Amino acid sequence: MTWTPQQPIVSLKDVHKSFGAVEVLRGISLDVMKGEVVCIIGPSGSGKSTLIRCINALNDIQSGSITVEGLEVNDPKLDKLALRKKVGMVFQQYNLFPHKTALQNVMMAPLKVLNQGRAEVEKRARALIAKVRLNGKEDAYPGELSGGQQQRVAIARSLAMNPDVMLFDEVTAALDPETVKEVLTTIKDLAADGMTCILVTHEMGFAREIADCIYFTDRGVIVESGPPATFFDNAQDPRTQQFLAQIL
Amino acid sequence: MYSPHLKPKVRGHMPVMLPMRLRADGLPLADRLFNLWTLTALVLALAAVLIGPAFAQLATPDERTILTILLEWTPTLAKGFGFNVLISVLSMLIGTVMGVFLGVLQVSQIRLIRQSAWLVTQFFRNSPWLVLLFYCILLIPFQFEIFGVKIPFPGWIKAVIGLSLPVMAYTSEFMRGAILSIPTGQWESAESLGFSRRMTLTNIILPQTVKRVLPSWMNLYAVLTMATPLVSIIGVDDVMALTRAALSAEGRADLLIPMYLYILSWFFLYCYPISSLTRVLERKYSVKL
Repeated sequence: MTWTPQQPIVSLKDVHKSFGAVEVLRGISLDVMKGEVVCIIGPSGSGKSTLIRCINALNDIQSGSITVEGLEVNDPKLDKLALRKKVGMVFQQYNLFPHKTALQNVMMAPLKVLNQGRAEVEKRARALIAKVRLNGKEDAYPGELSGGQQQRVAIARSLAMNPDVMLFDEVTAALDPETVKEVLTTIKDLAADGMTCILVTHEMGFAREIADCIYFTDRGVIVESGPPATFFDNAQDPRTQQFLAQIL
Repeated sequence: MYSPHLKPKVRGHMPVMLPMRLRADGLPLADRLFNLWTLTALVLALAAVLIGPAFAQLATPDERTILTILLEWTPTLAKGFGFNVLISVLSMLIGTVMGVFLGVLQVSQIRLIRQSAWLVTQFFRNSPWLVLLFYCILLIPFQFEIFGVKIPFPGWIKAVIGLSLPVMAYTSEFMRGAILSIPTGQWESAESLGFSRRMTLTNIILPQTVKRVLPSWMNLYAVLTMATPLVSIIGVDDVMALTRAALSAEGRADLLIPMYLYILSWFFLYCYPISSLTRVLERKYSVKL
């Protein structure tokens, strides 16, 4: 199946995922169009992170289907590299490579995985570091950077692979309140550039501001979804209402 | 341990916020006395007591002093000691290369490989070094013939191989532990960037294990060096064998203790800096990885 931009860039259909006897995802379906920003919210343990990790094939699924630009993620014959070129991922714990400088972290995957030329990769990496507003920190090691700075390097590192979709897994959850903003600004810039973004987040204000669509998950199912205005102000499902009442 | 003399530098300072640190002056007297400097002094004092009488005798005028004899034998013994160092360096090199490889196999995703590597590691880690040496001497032929060319295989090379086996096993265990101690997030982020497992291992995981393994690895080297006199038992002319030869050539009973002490001090001088450096590195790397 060839993918055209009119079709969803990421599409999940009735996805089921269990860890042993625990069923974490119980029939998740969602579509994300190119350029859309989607936020997934919900109580902890509701399967948000698992959901986003499945899109990147970091977790496999038991049944259902996940496609990214027409690539069947759950296909055992899947060319993982082809998928990873399309999908970038940023983690809660940044996971930068501590033995490499910020610049080297950004350059590593294009150099080693894509075998691109060093000069060209370095130029792009410097531009990406400037884009996440970290000029002057190119030669700093992750240990010398603040959490927010590390997270922005991690975003630049993912962008270096030129992905079409970016996944953000609670990327501000481990940050100080002051540094949360700088990372959110970076994501906002990205979204403004037309990057397709799927975020798992607890930042409701941010989700409301940036998202085209909000999905609320609880106990492995999508309870409710909709554009932020409708979702936050006019939630229908009692579980959503309860959740929003608790956090807002 | 809380040190009362430390003045709070920050408002709101509380002792509980201080880093945990064992300070010598906070310890009971017995523990304070038991440190490296007092131990060194003790060893030197013991040496003086043992050597002292030997010098005091100085026997009949025509007999050379023990110091003269030691100095006369020094070049020969030094050659033997150089051999010990050579054997230790080569065993360490070979053992480390094999050990890193074996350690990586120990975390293989294929169960059979993982378990075989584990078995090999455990076997050599739990075998007496001397027995391994004997095995190598007996099992490896004294020469190989390849295309009619005879390549001799002297005993000291067999000794190198014999000693590299435990080094391999220990390094393998160090590597396994170090690899498993790297946060899984490193694997995941590498995977999401498109790295294959092998590339992740060589580019991301193994470089990070160096710091973690280095202190124990250097410690192993010191232990290995101290074990090299074992090779004298299987007929390699190391410092130990030469010392024995020197002693029987001189035939003086009063020479025995000073000469062995002399050799002992060589090993001490060679290994002590290594273990000191190991401690420094341990302290340095344990703070933050």
